[in-house]
Amino acid sequence: MAGVGRLREYAVPALIVAGAIAALAAALGIAGYDPELALGALWRGSVGSFDAFASGTLVRAVPLIIIALGFALALRGGMLNIGAEGQFLAGAVAATWLGTHLAGWPALLAIPATWLVALAAGLLWIVVPVVLRVKYGVLEVITTLLLNFVAEALVSFMVQGPLQEQTGIYPQSDPIAEAARLPLLPGTRLHLGIGVALILAVVLWFFFARTLAGFRLLAAGSGPRAAALAGRIDVTRMAALALLVSGALAGLAGATEVGGVSYALYPNLSPGYGFTAIAVALLARLHPPAIVVTGILFGALETGAGAMQRDAGIPAVVVQAVEAAIILALLLADARTHRGRAYAGAAA
Amino acid sequence: MTGPALQLRNIHKRYGTTNALSGAALAVEWGEIHALLGENGAGKSTLLRIAGGLERADRGSIEVDGSPATIRSPRDARRLGIGMVHQHPTSIPSLTVADNMALTAGWPVRPAEVRERVARLSGELGLPIDPDAYAGRLPVVLKQRLEILKALAASARILLLDEPTAVLAPIEAAELLTVLRKFAAAGNAVVIVTHKLREAISESQRVTVLRHGSVTFTGRSDSESSESLYRAMLGSDAAVAPAPARRIPPADSAPAIRVQALDVARDGRYGIALRGAALAVFPGEIVGIAAIEGSGQRELMRAVAGLVHPLRGVLDVRSPVAFIPEDRTTEGLIPSLSLAENVVLGMGAAAPGVNGALVSWKHVAAGTADLVDRFGIVAAGPDAPAGSLSGGNQQKLVLARALAGVPPVIVAENPTRGLDVAAAAEIHRRLRAAADGGAAVLFHSSDLDEVVLVADRLVVVNGGTLREPAERNRELIGRMMIGAA
Amino acid sequence: MSDGIELVAGFLAASVRVATPLLLAATGETLAERSGVINLGIEGSMLAGALAAAIGSTAGGPASGLLAAIAAGAALAALFAAVSVHAGADQIIAGTAVTLGAVGITGAAYRSFYGTGGAGLSIPTLGPVEIPLLAKVPVIGPALFAQPVTTYFAVALVPCVWWLLFRTRPGLALRAAGESAEGARAAGVRVRAARTAAVIAGGALAGLAGATLVLAQVGTFSERMTAGRGFIAIAIVVLGRWHPVGILAAALFFGAATALQFVFQASGVGVPYQLFLVLPYVLALLGLAGAVGRVRAPRDLGRREAT
Repeated sequence: MAGVGRLREYAVPALIVAGAIAALAAALGIAGYDPELALGALWRGSVGSFDAFASGTLVRAVPLIIIALGFALALRGGMLNIGAEGQFLAGAVAATWLGTHLAGWPALLAIPATWLVALAAGLLWIVVPVVLRVKYGVLEVITTLLLNFVAEALVSFMVQGPLQEQTGIYPQSDPIAEAARLPLLPGTRLHLGIGVALILAVVLWFFFARTLAGFRLLAAGSGPRAAALAGRIDVTRMAALALLVSGALAGLAGATEVGGVSYALYPNLSPGYGFTAIAVALLARLHPPAIVVTGILFGALETGAGAMQRDAGIPAVVVQAVEAAIILALLLADARTHRGRAYAGAAA
Repeated sequence: MTGPALQLRNIHKRYGTTNALSGAALAVEWGEIHALLGENGAGKSTLLRIAGGLERADRGSIEVDGSPATIRSPRDARRLGIGMVHQHPTSIPSLTVADNMALTAGWPVRPAEVRERVARLSGELGLPIDPDAYAGRLPVVLKQRLEILKALAASARILLLDEPTAVLAPIEAAELLTVLRKFAAAGNAVVIVTHKLREAISESQRVTVLRHGSVTFTGRSDSESSESLYRAMLGSDAAVAPAPARRIPPADSAPAIRVQALDVARDGRYGIALRGAALAVFPGEIVGIAAIEGSGQRELMRAVAGLVHPLRGVLDVRSPVAFIPEDRTTEGLIPSLSLAENVVLGMGAAAPGVNGALVSWKHVAAGTADLVDRFGIVAAGPDAPAGSLSGGNQQKLVLARALAGVPPVIVAENPTRGLDVAAAAEIHRRLRAAADGGAAVLFHSSDLDEVVLVADRLVVVNGGTLREPAERNRELIGRMMIGAA
Repeated sequence: MSDGIELVAGFLAASVRVATPLLLAATGETLAERSGVINLGIEGSMLAGALAAAIGSTAGGPASGLLAAIAAGAALAALFAAVSVHAGADQIIAGTAVTLGAVGITGAAYRSFYGTGGAGLSIPTLGPVEIPLLAKVPVIGPALFAQPVTTYFAVALVPCVWWLLFRTRPGLALRAAGESAEGARAAGVRVRAARTAAVIAGGALAGLAGATLVLAQVGTFSERMTAGRGFIAIAIVVLGRWHPVGILAAALFFGAATALQFVFQASGVGVPYQLFLVLPYVLALLGLAGAVGRVRAPRDLGRREAT
């Protein structure tokens, strides 16, 4: 792709984000809040200090990056996994369950073990949609969305049933064993999960840009018929695998969240990571290194929104409206520039 | 009547940077069949679509029956008595014949009444059809009959047809032309778009020839020799393509494709498409398949190419097989990907720059640039999207990719569809060269004349049965194609 | 009257009440999907409708609440149509974004309007309208003939939508647009206009569905209160085979499945309540798995329009 095209590819998202934040400020002004106070809080709470950046923004970015990488992988193969929320919760349940049973284990074994069960749980949570899609052509979109609610009920059941803390008073689990907790960057709350996110980004970048299989996935997503006939690619298998891996990655994000941040299972563990990750991946054009950047950006936005709620009394959920506006604006801009071009095709 | 049935003057139409029409014109009288002749890409379909309200001209004027007309939509055209039959059926497959008619004609949706109107119209025109059949399940001939009925449903007096005989066997085409002649003789007007010279001369009273979006000839069709019409179509420097040499395959060599008692299931549906097929293709020969759409030839070719598994029988094919699918933009190439990526798509691990599981896109680009040079593909470079190429160059890319590995077997499905004469001749030449180099080529075109032109030997597929004609006789083959011989 | 009969009567009445918003939203989504557009934003339209109903009803009574809900649902659907139908963007992503945006906007607006205390139970609601005599029929009387006006409207909509789809020219044009945009255009149908109209009508009905949730079922608004009912409505469209009558049956089935939890809670069976909570979602999944192969979606559903 030519340099100008590349520049444009990233200039548009940058402009959209700037525009969305400006629109937020304007909307807050109209609603009678003090935009300066609000944006100031947003800035201070997210990137205003090293502590805010490392312990707030980056911590928040970890699940976003991991889930967005999985979303990008699936969409490269032409599949939409908008049920990451459910897979994330399934992974969190599994990691908590194992994590509370690992007292006395060496951390070197305990941590990977929680990751493995979380990967498996995330995978399990997307198996049904994948089978229904592959065998019967049921839109994976509806089934994964429905399973999000089942996962929420599962968490609710677990924290009031099998995994409830010993006193049986609070709807939450016991804390996981020390051994299963992720090491922190000294002096911050930034945990090992950021390393996982970065390594995954590099692995996926290599897979997309340098391997034949990564290209075949792109082909399967961009032109399934031609991929099957001219490329002799088993398109269905490719797409199914991509979806399964994306589900597993969302599950892994559940494990890093429990192991690195909450140390226990709560209802409302996810403030909508699964949906924010969609904006993260789309804004990055499904490009893994760019996903790291946009993941941090949205981590900052959501962390800053928390500060905005504390300092300026603005409900933090408003940030979801900002994310939605960013996605819609991006869809509009892309439709204008390259109409009809598959998303997957923009990520080579 | 106050003037000519349909008159288009000084029509201009641009798509992006391409001038599809620059000052084209068309004048059609009442009572005549008017042929609109030209190569693929000459602008004939565009001109027709403008008259039918599917496209709007950038500039120019239209008169219907002598009065200025504004045609902004198919609805406008219908109001002015213009009906249109598209090259590919536009009926909605999952709706019934009656619903399709009501939709196009704008009838009120009252089932009994619609059914009765369909019956009356098809009776009047002598084109019987079942109003309750689903459009998608009709055979090709009836699909087209439905298109014509739809076009005439709102009492159209001017009928526009885009390549109406392309999908029909010769006898079916003749029947259609008889209906059109009757319609015109009753004082109506007919425009037929075609790229077949012979059809234009024999079936029309007058002909207009388009080339590069402008009119190069218009006048009575019998006053011109086919030679001068041919020049009007192709330009004065057009050379008539030489007929390829025909050869007898060496009898002593073993066949590269050997098929015996082969049954293949219908593509994507239940039922058997091909029964008990037997065929042998030897290295160095081009075997042509003559068949009308849906006869089983598609399944035969895809089975030979290893893309579908036969139900039973012997299928012995040397590998690798180079397969050139019918639809290059959805089956051969991925338009949104670059030329280099499309080369990797088709060649996989054998592509330049691919080393096992890893790809070096720099080396792929270099290898692609080399193919682009060798096959004379006009493209901005290996990184240009395949969708930016012209149809002819896209097909050359498909061919270049397929032939790069010097395959022993080539299966080509309608490889010249939509190409102009020069590009088609280039494809024929490449296939011939591959055969000369020792490849066994299995070739199909929906244009019988092209099969006869290109193939060393012919087979006919009809209703799932494969037969070899006793002699190389166009009429005999045409009758075999619809099971009448 | 024995307790058993009362329980059954209560169960039936609850089933119909719970089914009403599902029926409204699914009927609206049927229009959109028949025209070739899958709108995941109806979950957002429902949520916006719910909040608008709460605010509108507080300000000007239930009728204002209903109107405000319809307007809010339609407005979000219009936004979705602008992005997906007119700009030709991916319908799934656009619909997800609209729903996400609705969660954000309603959450923020709700807290701004009602503060941290919540809306409470001060919202004027829709009472049941008893149909004379019929409402007194034992067992089924209360279920069928003593419901809020929105339920009667939802049921009356079923034959109306059937008639619209299968007996009128706009309906035929709409179905044609969903089966083959290209074919419909050749027949003179203005495909985008048809799809836009269908999507906005669907959004209006989803908004109304959200209003019934607040005004005729729960009595108050809470954040994310639709809890995926919009997505269940989409599953209902599939189970009902894109046909108004089938959708009525599927919606009642889901209403009954959800109402089961009231029965069990009343009977005090020792089963975790989450089991009943997930029942509708699990049934929707099972239904989708069972329905496929025997039903066929509009052919151009979800396909981006080529231009």
